[in-house]
Amino acid sequence: MESDETLFTLIIFSENLPGVLNHITTVFTRRQVNIESLNVSASSIEGLHRYTITCYCTEEQVSKIAKQIEKIIDVVSASYFTEDDIFTLETALFKLSTPVVLENGQVSKEIRTYGAKFVEVNSTYSIVSMEGMTEEINALYKHLKVLDCILQFVHSGSIAVTKSTREFVTEYLARRACEVEK
Amino acid sequence: MANELITGAEILIRSLIDEGVTTIFGYPGGAIMPVYDKLYDYKDTAIHHVLVRHEQAAAHAAEGYARVSGKVGVALVTSGPGATNTITGIADAMMDSTPIVVISGQVGVNALGSDAFQECDIVDVTQPVSKWAYQIRSADKVAWAVSRAFYIARSGRPGPVLLDFTRNAQTELASYEKRDIHFIRSYKPVPDHTADSIREAARLINESYKPLVLVGQGVELGGAQQELREFIERADAPAGCTLLGLSALPSDHPLNVGMLGMHGSYAANVKTQECDLLIAVGMRFDDRITGKLSTYASRAKKIHFDIDPSEINKNVPVDVPVLGDCKETLPEVTRLLRQADHKAWRESFEPFRKQEEDTVIRPEVYPTEGPLRMGEVVDRVTRATSNEAILVTDVGQNQMIAARYFRFTKSHSIVTSGGMGTMGFGLPAAIGASFAAPDRTVCFFTGDGGLQMTIEELGTIMEQKAPVKIILLNNNYLGNVRQWQQLFFQSRYSFTRMLNPDYDMIASAYGIASRTVTKREELDAAISEMVAVKGPFLLQVAVMEEDNVLPMCCPGHDVDDMLLTF
Repeated sequence: MESDETLFTLIIFSENLPGVLNHITTVFTRRQVNIESLNVSASSIEGLHRYTITCYCTEEQVSKIAKQIEKIIDVVSASYFTEDDIFTLETALFKLSTPVVLENGQVSKEIRTYGAKFVEVNSTYSIVSMEGMTEEINALYKHLKVLDCILQFVHSGSIAVTKSTREFVTEYLARRACEVEK
Repeated sequence: MANELITGAEILIRSLIDEGVTTIFGYPGGAIMPVYDKLYDYKDTAIHHVLVRHEQAAAHAAEGYARVSGKVGVALVTSGPGATNTITGIADAMMDSTPIVVISGQVGVNALGSDAFQECDIVDVTQPVSKWAYQIRSADKVAWAVSRAFYIARSGRPGPVLLDFTRNAQTELASYEKRDIHFIRSYKPVPDHTADSIREAARLINESYKPLVLVGQGVELGGAQQELREFIERADAPAGCTLLGLSALPSDHPLNVGMLGMHGSYAANVKTQECDLLIAVGMRFDDRITGKLSTYASRAKKIHFDIDPSEINKNVPVDVPVLGDCKETLPEVTRLLRQADHKAWRESFEPFRKQEEDTVIRPEVYPTEGPLRMGEVVDRVTRATSNEAILVTDVGQNQMIAARYFRFTKSHSIVTSGGMGTMGFGLPAAIGASFAAPDRTVCFFTGDGGLQMTIEELGTIMEQKAPVKIILLNNNYLGNVRQWQQLFFQSRYSFTRMLNPDYDMIASAYGIASRTVTKREELDAAISEMVAVKGPFLLQVAVMEEDNVLPMCCPGHDVDDMLLTF
């Protein structure tokens, strides 16, 4: 990672047509930027999919990537944000060895400290889920790793909402709806 | 009868006719046979199908057709290799903003993903090099997809669209209703411009003492040739043209200072580094134009007119972007301009023009002894056609020399592969151009390398009697690479020398009239014969083997640091 690279989050809206995700990811590949995490799901706007993509790069790179993505025919909008502009969240699941959890009280102490919770326990394994920022999830992972209790670990991509008081995509669609009537 | 059920194949043909398509360049094959079967009913009526000899040529011919006609070019091919053979043309059209629609056959939906015979995931393959790629999986989607494809291809910044037509969708029945899509909510082809950007651009121009305009293909695509003239005349700004923008401004316009970039006009490049205001119109600051980016036009403020927001600040940071269609934005700026008079600035180009004339142009265009030069051939051909012909080029030395010395009086008159630099582009593109403008002369300059890359299209020319004037500048080398080897690789001519066939015999085998010229005194008569012949003609000229294209701005050098001799 170069020194002027920071973590950016792109929020993208597209029509729900085949192939758009593939097209979006090729924009990153061609410009030598790795995707850190990616989340795609239906958005609150009917017919539109919402992508949350995080990557480390320079602002110049991310601005060009956003423009190239917005150029894709079926993409409605592509905007990029720094951590200050958005509220983000990740989910993580830890599959832990139940015998180790029972043996070492430190495990459940760490889990409580980070606000994670047990969602399944049986004699072989226990499942713990956690919501939080990337750093918090990574911190819990590190602590549990030291305690040697982790059987599996997975965390989702970031999801994010903007802190802006305006909803630009909704405004854009409203403008476009007026234009089609003309 | 809207409720009449017809096959998807027939819906495709009717949709194409409703889009105004009269010419298709194509090649049949298994997965597109239902379409070809239906085309049989329409042959010699609404649609003329040109059978090419290789699918790559179908795409390039569609490009040539589009560039000259301003309409969308159409290529029709089969699945698998038929589709993959068009990729070079699709990528070429993407780089050069050329509106084409390529329709490829595809296996039926039930066989998709099974590695069926001639199955290829062409939508995913073409996605990064096309404006839109879509797979038609049912007959009821055909009319929608075709209308959407044409709208996307021709609107905004034009580009190529691929429609992948599954076999079941060709044979299934559906009703046809004409679609006329001219709105897609996620796609805004012409961005809004702001009054501020217009005012700010006008202010910079009014305050400038040394303005220089860079004319790109966007002027041609926007049909803004007249608006550009009024703009530069009011601003009294000298204007250089990019390779693809050469015919946007008549060559003899007093403010036209010639081609920009690597092999462009010396004066235009020197003055790029001296100007106090650079006004780019519909061009994208390609590295072949800018030379070394960090020092490019560093004394100048910059205004960039473009229809594509992603071009703004892509390569060169600009002070004032003017988004939108230049046919609308240019006159808005012109209205705010004072009539300028930059006589001293205009005249300051003259010593550099004179220096280029004496050291480069005279020896290349008016030699009196030694072997024939490429420049003199181009000059005699443009004279013989009263500067009114369409220039098609291949890629390499033939392209640069033709671009330098061909002269233009009409718009939409240059067809060349700019961004991709696709050797083999020229011959099929010239066929396409000849169908787009049957009343005009099409002069195609090529080299012995590029001609052989798509030489099979002589068959198409023969069959269609396409009146393409092929001027083969034969130097028995891959000349441009050889020039670079001479300059940058100590003259180690690694695999650039070529043993050539007898081109007169080849032309003769295809029934194409030809002539080979080896002596200067034979040149004019041969050109007259070529122009007089009604159909196609191959004029082979044995030119100086180790001739170089000059002047030249070497890669990584400042744009005004040009070699005039070496």
